[in-house]
Amino acid sequence: MVNKPSKPTDSLIGNDNWNIQLDRNGRLKHFLTVEGLGSEILTSILDTAESFANVNEQRVKKVPILRGKTIVNLFFEASTRTRTTFELAAKRLSADILNINISTSATTKGESLLDTLQNLQAMLCDMFIVRHSDSGAAHFIASHVAPHISVINAGDGWHAHPTQAMLDMFTIRRFKGDFGNLRVAIVGDLLHSRVARSQIHALNTLNTGDVRVIAPRTLVPNDIEDMGVKVYHDLAKGVKDADVIIMLRLQKERMQGALLPSEHEYYSEYGLTEDKLKAAKDDAIVMHPGPINRGVEIESSVADGPRSVILNQVTYGIAVRMAIMSMVLGREPEAEISGEEQ
Amino acid sequence: MSRLLISNGLILDPVSETVKTSSVCIEDGKIIALGDALPGFEPDKTIDATGLIISAGIVDLCARLREPGLEFKANIQSETIAAASAGITTLCCPPDTDPVIDEPAVVELIHHKTLMAAHTKVLTLGALTTGLKGQLLSEMAALQTAGCVGVSNTRRPVESTQVLKRAYAYAANYDMAVFIEPDDHWLSAGGCAHDGRVASRLGLQGIPVSAETVAISRSLMLIAETGVKAHFGRLSSAHAVRLIADAKDQGLPVTADVSAHQLFLNEMDISSFNSIYHVLPPLRSQRDMEALRRGVQDGVIDAICSDHQPHEIDAKQAPFASTEPGISSLETLLPLSLRLVREQVVPTYTALSLITSKPAAILGISAGTLREGEIADICIYDPDADWQLDTESMLSHGKNTPFEGWNFQGKNRYTIINGELVFSSDQ
Repeated sequence: MVNKPSKPTDSLIGNDNWNIQLDRNGRLKHFLTVEGLGSEILTSILDTAESFANVNEQRVKKVPILRGKTIVNLFFEASTRTRTTFELAAKRLSADILNINISTSATTKGESLLDTLQNLQAMLCDMFIVRHSDSGAAHFIASHVAPHISVINAGDGWHAHPTQAMLDMFTIRRFKGDFGNLRVAIVGDLLHSRVARSQIHALNTLNTGDVRVIAPRTLVPNDIEDMGVKVYHDLAKGVKDADVIIMLRLQKERMQGALLPSEHEYYSEYGLTEDKLKAAKDDAIVMHPGPINRGVEIESSVADGPRSVILNQVTYGIAVRMAIMSMVLGREPEAEISGEEQ
Repeated sequence: MSRLLISNGLILDPVSETVKTSSVCIEDGKIIALGDALPGFEPDKTIDATGLIISAGIVDLCARLREPGLEFKANIQSETIAAASAGITTLCCPPDTDPVIDEPAVVELIHHKTLMAAHTKVLTLGALTTGLKGQLLSEMAALQTAGCVGVSNTRRPVESTQVLKRAYAYAANYDMAVFIEPDDHWLSAGGCAHDGRVASRLGLQGIPVSAETVAISRSLMLIAETGVKAHFGRLSSAHAVRLIADAKDQGLPVTADVSAHQLFLNEMDISSFNSIYHVLPPLRSQRDMEALRRGVQDGVIDAICSDHQPHEIDAKQAPFASTEPGISSLETLLPLSLRLVREQVVPTYTALSLITSKPAAILGISAGTLREGEIADICIYDPDADWQLDTESMLSHGKNTPFEGWNFQGKNRYTIINGELVFSSDQ
């Protein structure tokens, strides 16, 4: 019998469970979080997305890469944009796609998440695209599905939204090129933001020069500096000379938990207005994962203005999701076998 | 009339601090001789304890047996069998059963069930407030008469400080100790992990250290005013240890315990969302874990308990925050305590006192020591046994332990309660 170590490893990402997203050849089998993936994989996602962006600009926007594959959009939490862009991406790759909105079906009848999974698995699909309100839900699902099924995380609790982060990186690369000299400011409700957590990992993995977050103290997670960011509580100081400003959505229920006094005060302190944008570089771009709260976190004229790339983000989202789906599902099984032989 | 002879063992008694190779003669449930076997003593049964350590039976301050109310998780019989196999002779149940232990009938139900099915002694804490709802005083005098050794509101909140103060004063009236699991409900509500760098990274809602320290501070002020004897259970943070140390320095009548797993695990362990590490209070930082170990070393922490919480498999099969907290830990209490010795945190005497004589004193029972004339509650363990924990071989109905695969040195071999052999690894 193999003698197990007497104490499990203390490493944050050295753990087996983190690497469930890679197959034995180091290729993406699931896409659950950006954390722990190397810059080669992230860059390869961005490069693949570039090639699909061209497909999307053609008259016939369809390629046969995933013909015969069945993908299930498994949404335990409401979403329109993310679900739609995944659906569009799947269709352009010629896959069959099924939309299941669980928040109004099985789990409210007392069926456990595991039961739901087993039932769907019995329908012989190839991939689950999962959104769930619990942090870690995508990891949980990936570690409980049959081995031939891949899982893509479309947002789990406050933890991760890796495809959003990758489309944001794609957008930044298209407009700014190299990450090394960039100053990127993420502004808003970091405490509850899975988007921000994934962006921070992606920006740092791609060696971004300066990553900073800006929020009132009630909306900053404890010890977030640990993830490789500088923390600012003053918007003007934080966005000074920034190349990229990413605004986060503020949920209205934050007033109820006594995290903020009012939307009005939030807007006047942390809302991005044309005036405040002046502190950033002249060619700074403004991003937002959507949906936007105009007059809460961003002024309309900024959201619609020349610096805004918010609609580009949505468009690129399709290409990036096509890239990730094709990399995860399009792995050649033959290559896997030859890899095992080596 | 039954006579039991334990021969040639190494007696380790933390109270008298004796260590000697000798024998124990037991008759009618009591120890009648320690040392050389009595001349003419004719035992009905002899245990050869050569190479084994003879200790007082283990007293566990907090074990949830899940009965009544949650028998699909475990029951009094299954869990006391597990406890006995692990050298535990007395354990104490908190009142958050279903129904809650807030009236004598429930205490009697548990005592009756214990008489019928239990393999160890089972003590109960009564509810501090009716239904543990934090609003009305429970009938503490009646609960005491029925056999409760103290009162507790578990981790459930008492919103009104006035109610809490009166509950403490009323408990003091009957010289009942209050058992406090310190938690400020409003600071911890919704949280499932230590509010620190790991939870921030994983996007798990944090429980700040202040949830523990605010609750301890509030209780300490009321203990000082009411004079109630109080025991703080399941400390989790460095700051909590400091508060208890200060309170003891001021002469307040307080004691404290820590669950064994808090001395070996910390927030890093949850970093892959593994729900087996989901516990309350949460696993905190490495620094907190080290402070708890120091608290055990210097006596600020008086006892180590199992904080046993057996679960059915499904309870842990969900994303982290949606799983039920707790570890099935009766069977790792002695092994982890002995591991503290091996890791040179405490000497063997101290480790044994933390799980025998000191918790017995906190419960106000005469147990936890080996002396002539005392009830014979004894565990005999093999200090050299090397073994690996395998959930398959656990006797508890709950297999939810993070210690699967850990290597331990030291394993219980025999358990004796009231002079009767209730567990033997020989079979």
